[in-house]
Amino acid sequence: MKSDGLFSVYVVKAVRIENKFTCTLFFDQALTDAHPGQFVMAWLPGVGEKPFSISGDDPLALTIADVGAVSHALNNLVVGDRVWVRGPLGKGFRLSSHSHLLVGGGYGAAPLWLLASQARRKGHTVAVALGAKSKGQLILVSAFEALGCHVYVATEDGSAGIRGLVTEAVEPACADLHPEVLYACGPTGMLMVAAEFARNRNMPAQLSFEALIRCGVGLCGSCELSEENCAKLGIPAGFLVCHDGPVAFIP
Amino acid sequence: MADLATDFLRLHLKNPLVLASGILGTSASLMERCAREGAGAVTSKSCGPEPRAGHENPVTIAWRNGVLNAIGLTNPGARDEIPLLIETKNRLAECGVAVFASIFAPTLDQFGEVARMIAEAEPDLIEVNISCPNVASEFGMPFSASAESAAAVTRAVRRTVNLPISIKLAPNVPNLGEIAHAVAEEGADAITAVNTMPAMLVDAYAAMPVLKNRTGGLSGPALKPIALRCVAEIASRVSLPIIGTGGVSTGQDAAEMLMVGATLVGVGSAVWQGGPSVFAQIGKQLSEFMVAQGYEHLTDLRGRAL
Repeated sequence: MKSDGLFSVYVVKAVRIENKFTCTLFFDQALTDAHPGQFVMAWLPGVGEKPFSISGDDPLALTIADVGAVSHALNNLVVGDRVWVRGPLGKGFRLSSHSHLLVGGGYGAAPLWLLASQARRKGHTVAVALGAKSKGQLILVSAFEALGCHVYVATEDGSAGIRGLVTEAVEPACADLHPEVLYACGPTGMLMVAAEFARNRNMPAQLSFEALIRCGVGLCGSCELSEENCAKLGIPAGFLVCHDGPVAFIP
Repeated sequence: MADLATDFLRLHLKNPLVLASGILGTSASLMERCAREGAGAVTSKSCGPEPRAGHENPVTIAWRNGVLNAIGLTNPGARDEIPLLIETKNRLAECGVAVFASIFAPTLDQFGEVARMIAEAEPDLIEVNISCPNVASEFGMPFSASAESAAAVTRAVRRTVNLPISIKLAPNVPNLGEIAHAVAEEGADAITAVNTMPAMLVDAYAAMPVLKNRTGGLSGPALKPIALRCVAEIASRVSLPIIGTGGVSTGQDAAEMLMVGATLVGVGSAVWQGGPSVFAQIGKQLSEFMVAQGYEHLTDLRGRAL
């Protein structure tokens, strides 16, 4: 059901609980021409509209952490409920080697799962470093394992895996598997650290940024990455997360 | 290559293409990006007396014939806009691109006050936005609705600043020529025409308007024929230079806008499809069109369809 080129209406077919404040919604149809790292705008009429990265394309799957009014309402949906979707939007990841390091901070793991599944279908080696504040906030660990990825976990309180930030889990992943390209999604601070890590090792990096996305189509300027961060990453200033990204390619 | 250089008021611009207000005019870096991608001038996002967060999502919907938006005048307030404009001016001086500063206000006195503050940044032009269609519930009827109220804002701004001012008019009035005449009489230096067209899109499955604000401003291809008519009407009535804006996304669209009397051509929603590189693309297409049709200068095009 498509309303005059505006939103497509998707029906929830299944809900998987990821942790106590995150679930994945599986819908009744595919999102065509979607790539890992791209996003959709999900609208619940009368509630609001927010951006969500795609964690599955066929059928469409969205992993949603309960952090505000819209994501709270999405977390409370049940099978049969409808979500209005526009997208795919933005530019996603590009698999550009045969050995990959995926780094996910918190719910930043969501778009990496789709990337990992594509890489594994091609028989590539995939190391996944996942980080969260504590064990209860990790998501998709077993989903990555089920794909045959090598999963490394770090939690800030040490309740699972290595104690520390996700970057602590990146070191052993690199030592074991010597990945060629780093792909990361998570809070901006984590991405900046990941970029530095990649630069020090001469690894190309693809970083998926989160931002306040309003128009979603590169017009309103709300999602601009700070000029300071653009300079640190060595990309031109004026990077629009919704239009140029969400994935920034370094170098 | 045809000569795209244009004289506008006291400015000499390398081409007539202007980043329209409301599109990417939120930071020095984004305006610099549009300048480097080929705009002849850039217009900042409208700023008012106080910071505003704007409306909640959905604020924009890219529709098959254009874009409907109700961002809701998101801006940092005049005080914080001043350094942003100064920084933009400094950077754009390097690439020879002019900076127009758009302002709005809820009252006549505040229009004067915001203009006075923004003039401190010495933009090349102050564009006075009296026609935002998306804040009626807060601000009431836009000043662009009548010749009297449009003239009153022009007077209030003219009294406070010596910089060139352009008044941005709305398309949805029955007497646009009269309104243009009234603002010219009050000392406007230019007219920007037009703002977006008030419109609504309904999602049939949700049975409700798509935008949180219910209505928004329509731009893009659907606006072009409306804008062409408006610019033609204004050009036939007053001799002020016009920044013709509305639905221009190709070089031929730009030529059409010049042919109905515009001196400069605003580009806004086209950025949605092509990104900021549309400026170079539209400029190239305009130049090719002129060469193919035997026009040497933009002045040869201006007003030809009137």
